[in-house]
Amino acid sequence: MDSTSPEPSLYTVKAVFILDNDGNRLLSKYYDPELYPSMKEQKTFERNVFNKTHKADNEIAFLEGMTIVYKSSIDLFFYVVGSAQENELMLMSVLNCLFDSTSHILRKNVEQRCLLENMEGVFLVVDEIIDGGVILESDPQQVLQKVNYRLMSEPAYGFVLFDYITGNLEAQTDRSQLL
Amino acid sequence: MIKKFDKKDEESGSGSNPFQHLEKSAVLQEARIFNETPINPRRCLHILTKIIYLLNQGEHFGTTEATEAFFAMTRLFQSNDQTLRRMCYLTIKEMANISEDVIIVTSSLTKDMTGKEDVYRGPAIRALCRITDTTMLQAIERYMKQAIVDKVPSVSSSALVSSLHMVKMSYDVVKRWVNEAQEAASSDNIMVQYHALGLLYHLRKNDRLAVTKMLNKFTKSGLKSPFAYCMLIRIASKLLDETEGGHDSPLFDFIESCLRNKNEMVVYEAASAIVHMPNCTARELAPAVSVLQLFCSSPKAALRYAAVRTLNKVAMKHPSAVTACNLDLENLITDSNRSIATLAITTLLKTGSESSVDRLMKQISSFVSEISDEFKVVVVQAISALCQKYPRKHSVMMNFLSNMLRDDGGFEYKRAIVDCIISIIEENPESKETGLAHLCEFIEDCEHTVLATKILHLMGKEGPRTPQPSKYIRFIFNRVVLESEAVRAAAVSALAKFGAQNDDLLPSVLVLLQRCMMDSDDEVRDRATFYMNVLQQKQKALNAAYIFNGLSVSIPGLEKSLHQYTLEPSEKPFDMKTVPLATAPITEQKTEIAPVATSKLPEKLAPSRQDIYQEQLAAIPEFQGLGPLFKSSEPVQLTEAETEYVVRCIKHTFAGHMVFQFDCTNTLNDQLLQKVVVQMEPSEAYEVVHCVPAPSLPYSQPGSCYTLIRLPDDDPTAVSCTFSCTMKYLVRDCDPNTGEPDDDGYDDEYVLEDLEVTVADHIQKVLKPNFGAAWEEVGDEFEKEETFALASVRTLDEAVGNIINFLGMQPCERSDKVPENKNSHVLFLAGECRGSSGGPFVPLWGETPTGFKSGTPHHLTLRTEEASRMRGETSSSNLKKSRRFSFQAP
Repeated sequence: MDSTSPEPSLYTVKAVFILDNDGNRLLSKYYDPELYPSMKEQKTFERNVFNKTHKADNEIAFLEGMTIVYKSSIDLFFYVVGSAQENELMLMSVLNCLFDSTSHILRKNVEQRCLLENMEGVFLVVDEIIDGGVILESDPQQVLQKVNYRLMSEPAYGFVLFDYITGNLEAQTDRSQLL
Repeated sequence: MIKKFDKKDEESGSGSNPFQHLEKSAVLQEARIFNETPINPRRCLHILTKIIYLLNQGEHFGTTEATEAFFAMTRLFQSNDQTLRRMCYLTIKEMANISEDVIIVTSSLTKDMTGKEDVYRGPAIRALCRITDTTMLQAIERYMKQAIVDKVPSVSSSALVSSLHMVKMSYDVVKRWVNEAQEAASSDNIMVQYHALGLLYHLRKNDRLAVTKMLNKFTKSGLKSPFAYCMLIRIASKLLDETEGGHDSPLFDFIESCLRNKNEMVVYEAASAIVHMPNCTARELAPAVSVLQLFCSSPKAALRYAAVRTLNKVAMKHPSAVTACNLDLENLITDSNRSIATLAITTLLKTGSESSVDRLMKQISSFVSEISDEFKVVVVQAISALCQKYPRKHSVMMNFLSNMLRDDGGFEYKRAIVDCIISIIEENPESKETGLAHLCEFIEDCEHTVLATKILHLMGKEGPRTPQPSKYIRFIFNRVVLESEAVRAAAVSALAKFGAQNDDLLPSVLVLLQRCMMDSDDEVRDRATFYMNVLQQKQKALNAAYIFNGLSVSIPGLEKSLHQYTLEPSEKPFDMKTVPLATAPITEQKTEIAPVATSKLPEKLAPSRQDIYQEQLAAIPEFQGLGPLFKSSEPVQLTEAETEYVVRCIKHTFAGHMVFQFDCTNTLNDQLLQKVVVQMEPSEAYEVVHCVPAPSLPYSQPGSCYTLIRLPDDDPTAVSCTFSCTMKYLVRDCDPNTGEPDDDGYDDEYVLEDLEVTVADHIQKVLKPNFGAAWEEVGDEFEKEETFALASVRTLDEAVGNIINFLGMQPCERSDKVPENKNSHVLFLAGECRGSSGGPFVPLWGETPTGFKSGTPHHLTLRTEEASRMRGETSSSNLKKSRRFSFQAP
């Protein structure tokens, strides 16, 4: 398979995806246009990966010629995919960064409901970690600083008071509309 | 406070996924509020999220609706909500390919990228570069250059990475930013370092000197980023690989020094780079192996996996280097990650002693059902390698394999097992019967036609030669009753072989074949009728020619000849001898033992190399009328690898001519060569008939020129010949960058190495699956016996290898493998000679006497069918150089 050493390149990550506990896609990005170009192939691949990995939390697997590192939390599965020649530890650092950053913006509630309520935050996190397959940042602190995201639901009471005092009522009206 | 999605959940009654029942049209409808004033950031943000979510799920957006939503979105740039703005950037990136006129946001993005808000600048650059094309890139070039050297790391990184993405599209523009990237590389921020290094390498990778300089600089200055270190290691090992020099260069020292880095990622990268280097000595491997050994006991699964996978690779080439890790690998056998456990066991199988095999096999069978098919194939391959190493263990292996064969599994997995059993049978005659019995059992319930036919073929080949051939007949005939057409046809062929080999079984086989003649399928009926008639003749020669050793012509060649024949109908019957011979399949043992994604490879009968050459040569008018291509040699290098022009030659042999194909490559980027010919001066009575020049040879684009030689037909002893070759051409100097050549050129020439034509070029390999039958078929009246001395060969293996290479014939019945601890050996070779009426068939029986020593005589007995006979002249020195073989008409 990989008798040759990897070609020096910054394109490390082939794909990243987050699945729910039935193996359905919640978020996924493919960075190599040649790898699973169609949506159907992508979903079949995700399904295969899920079937092989959801039972045991083994951290790393090898499937369809790809190295896959993964991590699960309650009803969520985080995957980072790289080529067979890729340095497994690089992929791990991406996965850890993704997981820690997500965990932080979800205030440690790494579960499906909370994730979906803060989907935009997760989109932004992924965007700050990987750009077109290149690792942009692998330090969760840096990622969080760049995303600068505030938790969506359950605004702390202090915020409401703060908004009230500063006269920024726009946010409040918005909340009441949604009620 | 009630969460904002609860209401929707109640309406839809869905579970906890608020996006589950999103309708594209409804979302696009909602997107109209983007136009409301004042902008409501929260709601707009939510709608943008929905749009991106839908795109992510694979929802198709039409161009019109996407464009409409995109234009509405652009209004949101008026809001100063940070998250909303960031989501706008994301939307721009997602829609860049589906919406029209995305460039209208250019000015907004340029404003953000140069603005005061650092949070916006990085993402704005990335979004901007996604919608920019080459022409627009020049407009923002100034900003990009500034951004690359910006002191804010996120801005610099974004600019560098975006530039890297654009290298593919606009190399020439990005190339101008090299100085900025150079400056960024000395940044304090680790990611900026990494990205700058990556961009610099991509811009310079075609310039070896620049890459070497860059490496020197960075390896000395010492980078902080572990990612950048990994990149440097990869660049260094690639350079080492290309130079093919020894490993005492500073590059190797650098990689080795990385083994002592404090970051595991770097250490692993360095170890893996060393392991992957070709021709690494055990001493150079040792430090890499010892860090991998440490990783084996890491608490991190990924690190253990990485370590054991790399050790597995080391074990393939240097099993002894890994022996030190055996204890650590033993501990990994019980690892909860089955991939790690499997790799550990397969590595141990390669490095361990013969005594540990039984225990490991037992352990592996305890969880073989839990691992993925990819790893099962790895296990089977490891067993296959083990069988070659410890032939005595074949009974344990055979047992294990037969159990695996009964388990569930995909095609690739079953095929690996069947291949492994077949190779054991071929290696160990004593395991033949058990192996065949397991395979018989397997085909009783086998859903893969390919495997069933393969096994039936093997049974036809091996079964008749077992002590009790009759017991296989039942298994084979069951296939005729129960299976699909392809399997039935294969079964009929197998039956015929039993009938041909065993006289006592012949009557029963004839009865069975009689029944097959009633089959519903054409092919099965045809085969049955054909074999029936051949067998009824009861002639050994017929059996040998039509049942044991089928056609030896190339199938695509036959197809083409037949097609040609039908186009030009003639009175004469079709002559089989006009069809080119099949090149014997290369039966190279696969040593690659690693999980492979084989599923993607197309299983197609590709035309062989020779068929392709035949096609190419036939297209050249000068070479028409030479008849079918008889043989094409392997390419011979006529220059050193690193010279101005690289030339290699392929020798194409025809019945009375040879065509030399010179593949030339010009490696000078400031020259254009034209009218390239290779002039050849023969040492013997060979006659140069024609040269076909290569019209033009631009930089690094290979081209071919040809030289046609007539072989002397009056002197049959002139088999070998040496040609001195000179390449002649017209040089036109040209601009290295544009490739624009000067108007006038000058003639020049370049001396190539001498080219030799040897005996092997006149003989085509022919595989005779049943050598005995072919030997008998020719008969002893055409026999010629000679004795040769092999002077400079020391071992039996070497002698066998030399004889095969020298004669260029096909070893049959696996006789090229010399059993261990034997001092005599019989080698069976088969081949066909060029020349008279399509070439007579020459089997050759080579026997080395007992007590093989250097210089002892070596008997060669050959039988040839007609016209030509081969005579060898004995000579006492080196086999290759001074032995002359000649053809002589009787």
